[in-house]
Amino acid sequence: MNILKISSKNLVRNRLTTILNIILVAFGVGILSVLFLASTQINNKLENNAKDIDLVVGAKGSPLQLILSSVYHIDNPTGNIPAKDAYQLMRNPMVKRAVPLALGDNYSGYRIVGTDSSFTNLYGLSIQKGSYWHKDLEVTLGSNVAVTSGLKIGDSFFGAHGLTGSGDIHKKYAYQVMGILKPQGNITDNLILTNIGSVYKMHEEKHTENHKHTAAEEAKEINDKQITALLIQYKSPMSVVVFPRMVNHSTNMQAASPAMESARLFSLIGVGIDTLKWFAIFIMGVAALSIFISLYNAMKERKYDLAIMRCLGASKPKLFFLVMFEGVLVTFMGTCLGLLIGHAALEVIGIYQETSQAKLTGLTAFPQEIYLIWIGLFIGALASLIPAMQIYKVDIAATLTKDR
Amino acid sequence: MIRVNSLAHVYDKGRRLKFPCWEIGDMEQWLLLGASGSGKSTLLNIISGLLKPSQGAVLINGTDLYNLPVRGLDRFRGRHIGIIFQRPHLIRSLDVLDNLELAAVMAGLPIDHERNRSLLADLGIGDLAKNYPDQLSQGQLQRVSVARALVNKPDLLIADEPTSSLDDENANQVIKMLTTQAKDNGAALIIATHDARVRDHLTKTYLL
Repeated sequence: MNILKISSKNLVRNRLTTILNIILVAFGVGILSVLFLASTQINNKLENNAKDIDLVVGAKGSPLQLILSSVYHIDNPTGNIPAKDAYQLMRNPMVKRAVPLALGDNYSGYRIVGTDSSFTNLYGLSIQKGSYWHKDLEVTLGSNVAVTSGLKIGDSFFGAHGLTGSGDIHKKYAYQVMGILKPQGNITDNLILTNIGSVYKMHEEKHTENHKHTAAEEAKEINDKQITALLIQYKSPMSVVVFPRMVNHSTNMQAASPAMESARLFSLIGVGIDTLKWFAIFIMGVAALSIFISLYNAMKERKYDLAIMRCLGASKPKLFFLVMFEGVLVTFMGTCLGLLIGHAALEVIGIYQETSQAKLTGLTAFPQEIYLIWIGLFIGALASLIPAMQIYKVDIAATLTKDR
Repeated sequence: MIRVNSLAHVYDKGRRLKFPCWEIGDMEQWLLLGASGSGKSTLLNIISGLLKPSQGAVLINGTDLYNLPVRGLDRFRGRHIGIIFQRPHLIRSLDVLDNLELAAVMAGLPIDHERNRSLLADLGIGDLAKNYPDQLSQGQLQRVSVARALVNKPDLLIADEPTSSLDDENANQVIKMLTTQAKDNGAALIIATHDARVRDHLTKTYLL
């Protein structure tokens, strides 16, 4: 028999009100925790994938689209750039490392990326099984691709034209799986890596077969080869100002910074997140009000209980604490339930998510979530403060001598 | 030994009550008689430390109640005075046994499970220990409140109109119970009543 037991027994007695209040708190906290988890995870993913990339050079167009397509592999590329110009940039003294990318095909939704060995250095990749690609048409799979597609070393498959969908299959050449990468926890888990030559080969063949009437144009494209984008790492941070300007002004290509563009993207999403955040705060406010009203109303009836407890020797501060404790107990349970709901909801969202590039999970926790628990406790204390103060006003003698 | 000295109380509305001096020896049993409105409840509230009188003092075994700090008075009441109200006033969210334990906890005393059980058995409600107050009859509730008043082995047992809502048989039993339990537990007893059925059971009377 202690304060906890007295409070919980009383809460159980008024279980409908208690459940309503717990649910209100849980919803508020649940929404907040989903927002918090999702935005932290997205932020981490964005940062993680663009960690070592200072600049992306690609065809003119939307800089955000360029970043999304060549760093996060979400959107379509802005177009192609002449390989000749790209290689010239790669030799620029300000560039420490430049990784060429040739996009265009996919295998059941996973992008086939033509690149060279500098890509593995940029992302710090290592092999789990087999080896890297060496010759044309050899591929190395990201760990996630291997798991979900069921492809094994030695298997071969046909790529499909475009970045999604499998309508237009390149049946002439099959890719052969040479190796599988270790899980990296970034975008490379969802990519199929090969050399640029393979991508050229696929498209040479396709074009001569299907578009004979534009043979002259195609021949031109083959002669001065093209790539999709160039991922660049600077030698020194000084280049941040000079190099993009040089690219944008003196070449027919555009340069975009992943850091700047993802910050811009995040500020766009931010409006929606803010709205939801206020909505959650509003629900928490309603929860606080509901707890306040139910405690305050219950005080009319509990006045007798509390007077009896006074009569049995309990001091005013002890009873004040008892009432406060009840409110705090409700919000504490609500907060824990809310965190549980939040994590479960995010996990479910993650399972039904179509894009594997930015998968969310509810199975991680952040130390900052402790703050949500504190906020919950604070709201509980705030809502029960005024009802608890009634303790100091109760006249025991008058209350107990009067008939109920 | 309980002593009441030149007590007077003035209510906010201006009504003034004066009480003659009163000395109650250890384990003595008294009737407090008076017409309704004569101040019986007021006097009981003052003696039990629930209502500070405008004037005068209440001494229980040498402790001047209204000289104690507020917290000290609450604690003293919990440990030394058992009060039985006209209505049983049990905590409805707790079962009978928990209601008894509450009395010990609120007074800051350790819980004596054996004593609680035997108190209930003595009062003939041993098998109701796990029932909730709203499952009990008026007579049973009144017994529980007697048991609760006795939990902390008080020096003084105060009952305010304990029989007013009971039938003859139950009233008789409650009075017998109060007198024997007070004797068995070594407590002095004050019963305030205007109920004629009670008068035959006690000899000492204090008339208002």
